[in-house]
Amino acid sequence: MASIIETHDLTKRFGSHTAVNNISLTIQKGEVFGLLGPNGAGKTTFLSMLCTILKPSSGSAHINGFDIIRESAQVRTSIGIVFQDPSVDSDMTSRENLQMHADLYGVLLSEQNVRIQEVLDLVGLSDRADDFMYTYSGGMRRRLEIARGLLHYPRVLFLDEPTIGLDPRSREHIWDYIRKLRKREEMTIILTTHYMEEADRLCDRVAIIDKGSIVAMDTPSLLKQEVAGDTIIMGSDQIQNLSDVLIRDNIVQDVSFQGSEIKIFVQNAQFLLPRIVESAVHAGIRIDHITITHPDMNDVFIHYTGKDLGGGEVREQTGRVAMMKRRRAR
Amino acid sequence: MSELRGIYTLWLREVKKFLREKPRLLNAICQPLLWLFIFGTGMRFSSGMPGINYQEFIFPGLVVQAMLFTAMFMGVSVIWDREFGFLKEILVSPISRTSVFLGKMLGVSTDVMIQGIVIFPFAYLIGIPVTVFMVFEALPLMILITTGLVCIGLTFASLMKSFEGFGLIQTFINLPMFFLSGALFPLANVPIWLQWASYVNPLTYGVDALRTVMMGDTWVQLFPMELDILVLVCFDIIMFIIGKTAFCRTE
Repeated sequence: MASIIETHDLTKRFGSHTAVNNISLTIQKGEVFGLLGPNGAGKTTFLSMLCTILKPSSGSAHINGFDIIRESAQVRTSIGIVFQDPSVDSDMTSRENLQMHADLYGVLLSEQNVRIQEVLDLVGLSDRADDFMYTYSGGMRRRLEIARGLLHYPRVLFLDEPTIGLDPRSREHIWDYIRKLRKREEMTIILTTHYMEEADRLCDRVAIIDKGSIVAMDTPSLLKQEVAGDTIIMGSDQIQNLSDVLIRDNIVQDVSFQGSEIKIFVQNAQFLLPRIVESAVHAGIRIDHITITHPDMNDVFIHYTGKDLGGGEVREQTGRVAMMKRRRAR
Repeated sequence: MSELRGIYTLWLREVKKFLREKPRLLNAICQPLLWLFIFGTGMRFSSGMPGINYQEFIFPGLVVQAMLFTAMFMGVSVIWDREFGFLKEILVSPISRTSVFLGKMLGVSTDVMIQGIVIFPFAYLIGIPVTVFMVFEALPLMILITTGLVCIGLTFASLMKSFEGFGLIQTFINLPMFFLSGALFPLANVPIWLQWASYVNPLTYGVDALRTVMMGDTWVQLFPMELDILVLVCFDIIMFIIGKTAFCRTE
């Protein structure tokens, strides 16, 4: 696979504050890459440099083979951007907004109308194309912005917090479009988000940024495995016996009790479970129910940044507890 | 070529937005009528100028006034663009900053020209014999007036961070430029300080030139036509350079 984005020690300082600190990364063609981080971590600043809106203080970056400083015009035609804040002209219809974009980016006149129809279809807005933007809902505007970002056949699409402020249904819609996109347009997609679920479900790889530096970078599933194993919760009327049996049979080293349930932390719950059941049956212990929970990106996030999503600090001792509370059964 | 297309689309946007806003158009047509028929009639019969019809006298001034106010108002629309995020969409496009400025400037200038031309038919109502020839003479002068004014508007829009400063433009740019342009009273009999303050104002030369064209022999020119045009051209060039520099520096 060939790389489409490469950054080397990319740094941005505002006065004495370093917003982005020596970020070096390589993103492959066709990847959906997530930038995760608490508010103010430097995600948007990093993105702005790649989009040639901000000049880096030091370091370099190439997109689609073009230097972001010396060849900014070529970089700009290679990328599509959906900003965090709305950026459509609401006194115009959505078709007019797309038309303007096509003119600004020099989409071939012969292809222009076909392409506009294509992107409108993709985000499901064809029937509203000639309505003024001020009649659109927040979710529809976002969809139009995505359509607009795609209009000039960009090689890379940047999405800065694409689903912020949207209701769950609209968010689901946007995710669908993003998945459709990577299939149909063979595009590389870079998105920033602080919704863990979004990063988990959409991204091939995720970089967690904190205080301007990358603190972890891998696929969501590997990141989750590194941080914490699975949790098995079992209910039985003989939990003390069950725990003794599991420890005797060398299945686990330690269990914790929680009311009438026991809780064990393991690496791979799906492989251990048959052995647990077997031991219990052998010892004549009845298990009433079993729940397995996998760690989610939230745990990963807290592990690496020591912050929960609001940006508040989680103290070291209570970190584990907070993580447990956030775990949900899948 | 692609730059030209960018300029064209930005121009088109300005003009579309201007024509779509019906209340503003209505206002643009009615305000000069109030000046012309109420203010104009009142002044004509209470402090008339010998040998001159006061309504005929202020007509070119009112054309300039309408253009001045529109130029400032539409020029600061850059602030709206910034507020609502659309400016970002334009600024990250591959089009150069200079082209963005040109597109915006030509667009707003077209709005201003439309505004000025809309008032012309009223000349018939007060008995000015408008001829095609007169219109063809007036149009180039109006373009010269418009360009500089629009650049002033765009300069302020580039420097101002929010719309709150617009009141200041009204008080410190619009009204002084209007009152000091000789639009409402002849500058021949006023105190020296007022006369000089008006001579510093480039609009004075615009009003003078327009009057020369529209009033014919009844108007005694303040300055020769060549000087009027020279001052306006210099005004345009200077304001264009300032406006472009200010605009290109915005983040």
